[in-house]
Amino acid sequence: MLALLAIVAALVAWAVWIYNRLVTLKNQVANGWKQIDVQLKRRHDLIPNLVAAVRGAMEFERDTLERVITARSRAVAAPAGAAAMAAENDLSLALRQLFAVAENYPQLRANENVLRLQEELTTTENQIGFTRQYYNDVTTQFNTQQDLFPARLIARQFGFTHAELFTAEDVERAVPAVDLTLPAGR
Amino acid sequence: MNFTEQQRRNRHRTLLLLGAFAALFAVVGLAIDAAIIGAPLPVATPVALAVAGGIGLLGWRSGADWVLLSLLAEPLRPNEPEHRQFEHIATEMALAAGLPRPRLYVIPDPSPNALAAGRDPRHAVLAVTAGALALLDREETQGVVAHEMAHIGNRDTAVMTLVTVLFGGVLMLADWSRRTLVLAHRGRHPLLPLLVVAMVLLGPPLSRLLAMAVSRRREYQADATAVQLTRNPAGLARALEKIAASEFPLRAATRGTAHLFIVSPLRRRLDDREGAWAALFATHPPLAQRIALLRGMALD
Repeated sequence: MLALLAIVAALVAWAVWIYNRLVTLKNQVANGWKQIDVQLKRRHDLIPNLVAAVRGAMEFERDTLERVITARSRAVAAPAGAAAMAAENDLSLALRQLFAVAENYPQLRANENVLRLQEELTTTENQIGFTRQYYNDVTTQFNTQQDLFPARLIARQFGFTHAELFTAEDVERAVPAVDLTLPAGR
Repeated sequence: MNFTEQQRRNRHRTLLLLGAFAALFAVVGLAIDAAIIGAPLPVATPVALAVAGGIGLLGWRSGADWVLLSLLAEPLRPNEPEHRQFEHIATEMALAAGLPRPRLYVIPDPSPNALAAGRDPRHAVLAVTAGALALLDREETQGVVAHEMAHIGNRDTAVMTLVTVLFGGVLMLADWSRRTLVLAHRGRHPLLPLLVVAMVLLGPPLSRLLAMAVSRRREYQADATAVQLTRNPAGLARALEKIAASEFPLRAATRGTAHLFIVSPLRRRLDDREGAWAALFATHPPLAQRIALLRGMALD
């Protein structure tokens, strides 16, 4: 009788442990999403300032600037989910092009305001990339944990489901870290 | 990033260190009790143990701040573009490692170097020299910060900070004494030169103990983790090359704090060698070897 009780107690303790672990991972996954949202929002806020700062010097690059502006408004307006992800990726590409073109304008490299904005956008971009990287790590752990036997019994019982992984663009898969800062007189 | 395995090893090492330190004090206490006092009541032993416990506890709580103080580290100035960039990079690497961002400091010295300290990630500090910020570009700084973040994540910093507090303090005094030996000669108190000589003599055995407590392998591991965080081995490799080529010695560093840095700030030839002798006294693996390993990763 006592032995039976001990076995039941051990089983319950094990179930609680697995359950708590799954909940912890689930919260980490949710937190990852939220962090990425914060950074995307920050990027949306920074872009108008950057466009205003470079507009004067880059008069002949209307197309490039225009592309950044439209990509931004599309990203802001996109409903959450796959559409938003695609729009954000477009925005990344447009920004990258803008910075590549900006290399040809020496007066921009001397402009402290532009340099500051570039650094801000670079770090925002990187923070998005690194948060995704970490998010994918945690999500993979969360999903694997649910599939492993016998933990999957608990996961089924309490209705845990797989979380979605970020599928990175080809560009980002190659290098998650980007450096948008100009080589300012180095 | 999964640090669990290394964390466990470091927890054991921390306990071992504290035990060894307490034992050292207990032996001294017992010796005094046995030889000098000879009384039935042991007084020196409990006193010695209490002192050891006090140092251990205080060091555990505020070791990182002592390290920063000894290196004359200053908090960041948000108006400096280089400081702001460093802050950004640290935020990026904390996100990549899934750790809170450590407190950040700059050491006003032209020699390029960096270090991390603190008992756990929530109490960690990360400092770079002004020279590092001036010399290294964004990717290189990112590699260096990622290396330090790896030390924080796997709790190397806990062991290293404790080592600094327990053994490094005396070594720091020994190095400072040696540098001011001439000054001490003119000291008014007759005991002062004697104390200085004692400190200098204590140096070698203590630095031996210190090197024993910190494994050279930890630097290779932190380099590898840094690459996992940044996915960019070239950045860290270039940073190490630039640091290796730099001629400036880091003035505030001593044998008491040298093991904390990403590259030994003392520039002893010993650190450039492999082999039994180097393994006995060196705190860092050869830079050339680390760079070669990173360059190898870049080719894959």
